[in-house]
Amino acid sequence: MQPNVTDIWVYLAQTPLLWLTATLVIYELADIVYRRIGQWPPANPVLISVVILITFLTLTGTPYQRYFDGAQFVHFLLGPTTVALALPLWRYARRLRRMLAPLCGALLIGSLTSIVTVVILSRLFGVSDITLRSLIPRSVTTPIAMGISEQIGGLPSLTAALVIMTGIIGAVIARDLCDRLRIDDQAARGLAIGVASHGIGTARAFQMNPEAGAFAGLAMGLNGALTTLLAPLLARLLGL
Amino acid sequence: MVRGMTVLLVCQLAGEVTARALNLPAPGPVLGMLLLFGMLLWRGTPDWLDQVGQGLLRMLPLFFVPAGVGIMNHVQLMQSEWLALLAILLISTVVTMITTAGALLILVRLTRRRKEHKDAAERY
Repeated sequence: MQPNVTDIWVYLAQTPLLWLTATLVIYELADIVYRRIGQWPPANPVLISVVILITFLTLTGTPYQRYFDGAQFVHFLLGPTTVALALPLWRYARRLRRMLAPLCGALLIGSLTSIVTVVILSRLFGVSDITLRSLIPRSVTTPIAMGISEQIGGLPSLTAALVIMTGIIGAVIARDLCDRLRIDDQAARGLAIGVASHGIGTARAFQMNPEAGAFAGLAMGLNGALTTLLAPLLARLLGL
Repeated sequence: MVRGMTVLLVCQLAGEVTARALNLPAPGPVLGMLLLFGMLLWRGTPDWLDQVGQGLLRMLPLFFVPAGVGIMNHVQLMQSEWLALLAILLISTVVTMITTAGALLILVRLTRRRKEHKDAAERY
């Protein structure tokens, strides 16, 4: 008896191999196209891969959990890679020490701005209260953001989606925004990207410049801790 | 390569344990990063660690794809508000980036000026 295409699909759809491979192949192709067309920001490989994969999963009726069973091997590497951010940071340790006070000040200002702007805009656009609460921690790395969201009465899973969207937006606009405003200092570029768009922005900053990447990684980590302290406080102050 | 990966995972594990044990708000990998940073300040970076780390960092964008696909679970939840959400996220990200970079540049200039004043005062 000859196995037909459906049988092969049914078998493959059950194994982690299919979705792991699909993730790598689609990302690799998106990255090649991105480089070919001169790194045009809206063609960001993470954005394109996510769109293609979601379309593909929806069309084949594959639940996210099934996809993640395979893709989790890629996802897992986020942990050790976050630890590895210490390596570029160490390379710029001297610069870091010299501008420690300004860095801490800018981090505080950036963190406050991030929370306050989102509250004002949410009021302006009239989104629901629970969406507002879920939006507040959107610019920090996912695990921290979900914890804050829960604490201030948001939906952690909605926050996770908003965090990813913020990261992709940051990665797409970072270079053009900094260039247009003539922010040439790599530390300033990195800090801004890390505070506003956490890890996905940091990944983009690394492609732009290793020094920007190092400061983005630092900003991402510290902003996470800072927002944990500031978000509940501000939520109360702003009468939420 | 195995040694480099081992060091990174040990730091992550240590960070994970510390975060849970002390009930800290930071996630394990971020604490692991600070721990590794402390060790590097103390001992410097060996080549074998640098190679693995740089290799992983080059692939960092890829590692966000599986989490990104998770947005598909919330498409319905965001349906009625998605345009407003997109506008809010875009504007707030732009404002946050500009403010943060601007604040750093201004603060660096201020501290430099104050230091020059101090240096000048000491000279006389």
